[in-house]
Amino acid sequence: MIKAVNIKKQFGDVKVLKGITTEFYAGKTNLIIGRSGAGKTVFLKTLVGLIIPTEGDVFYGDTNFTKLEETEIRKIRMDIGMLFQGSALFDSMTVEENIRFPLDMFTNMTKKEKLDQVNFCLERVELEGVNDRYPSETSGGMQKRVGIARAIVLNPKYLFCDEPNSGLDPKTAIVIDELIQRITRDNNITTIINTHDMNSVLGIGENICFLNEGKLEWVGNKEEVLTSKNEILSDFIFASEFLKKVRDQHF
Amino acid sequence: MAQVFSKPEKFSMYWRETARQMDDIGIGSLPIVFLISIFIGAVTAVQFSYQLGSTLIPRYYIGYIVRDMEIIELAPTITCLVLAGKVGSNMAAEIGGMRQKEHIDAMEIMGVNTAAFLILPKVIASLVVMPMLVALSAFLGIFGAYIASVPAGLFSSAEFTLGLRSFFEPYNVFIMFVKAFVFGYILTTVSCYQGYHVKGGSIELGKASTQAVVYSDILILLADYLIAVVLTA
Repeated sequence: MIKAVNIKKQFGDVKVLKGITTEFYAGKTNLIIGRSGAGKTVFLKTLVGLIIPTEGDVFYGDTNFTKLEETEIRKIRMDIGMLFQGSALFDSMTVEENIRFPLDMFTNMTKKEKLDQVNFCLERVELEGVNDRYPSETSGGMQKRVGIARAIVLNPKYLFCDEPNSGLDPKTAIVIDELIQRITRDNNITTIINTHDMNSVLGIGENICFLNEGKLEWVGNKEEVLTSKNEILSDFIFASEFLKKVRDQHF
Repeated sequence: MAQVFSKPEKFSMYWRETARQMDDIGIGSLPIVFLISIFIGAVTAVQFSYQLGSTLIPRYYIGYIVRDMEIIELAPTITCLVLAGKVGSNMAAEIGGMRQKEHIDAMEIMGVNTAAFLILPKVIASLVVMPMLVALSAFLGIFGAYIASVPAGLFSSAEFTLGLRSFFEPYNVFIMFVKAFVFGYILTTVSCYQGYHVKGGSIELGKASTQAVVYSDILILLADYLIAVVLTA
């Protein structure tokens, strides 16, 4: 479990996060949603320590992550996997080398063991046989899957995904969502997904945190999000005229 | 800086990266070092020959002057100034590009000490390779002086060889290696710093790359003066 307590972040005079307190649960797909500029990415990066909060604490289990020394932070990070918006695959490495990188860096596995683990992860993301391809030789959806494979190769306890569906067609986006949800459940990972994709919200949103102007506006799940009386959330979820008509007819 | 020199997560990975950097900096820089060294040596010999033409100074002094200029000043300084442009800008662009594509963030999340993994191998490779390149440059510079002057009849081969063997101070070679070491350290750390802390888009990356070269060159020239003052006092 990850717990954020009164997280505030200010860049100069601009207050981006205004005191967010929430929890993210193991074995569930936890979603952070909100409009562009609501502070989702800053919040996610604060949770993983890429941004230092102005105020507040992040707890991984019982450990106060924000109070740790750099070397202790790195130890916890070995339990963290992250899928970046642009996948962040190393261009000069093949798919296999990309996924193997954390194993090369942190384990004493033999070459055969590493290859087996890489192939196992590729199998999990349904991407067998692309070991020797370079990221530039793969599609956006494949790159996301490779990114997920790399994120889970060290069997992390925590998985962070920053806009995993950005730039993907709706069908591929659903495949990626389902993949993340399956991995989360199978491995009992605490997964936190930063998204504004409604398919994700309604498909895999088991614990949804809705941010608005740097504040936590609403918390619930995918069933509750449809029936919530919160006007700001409702405006966000049913943004288009078409969805508003659907809401008026069905909810 | 403390993070750069902290204990590596895995020596084999750092060694592999250091070897790659040695290849990039060393082998990759051979053509440009070869070219500039030959021509600088050639120009030095031809111009000294012209300047000493109507004086009573013996011709063999040209060999002596070329040798010491190459060893003390031209090989270390010119080579490192040129390599600040080639290697330094490349390092800043490489690391800066990784920052912009979130590669550095991805490594950080994995638990990698990115300051150490991305910078330390480059610093070590530079400290090992730069003195070799500078020594090669000095040799090529003297060779360039020979092939530009002797066949042209500016002075004889015997005169040039006599000059090369005269008044030799091994301490000058020590000065050359100190300069190579210091300049190599400056150009690597300044360039990596510029790349590592780049923010923004491609324009900022271009600026960082340019700043890496400009700041490296300024610091190399400043260090050149300080080393000259300290080691020849």
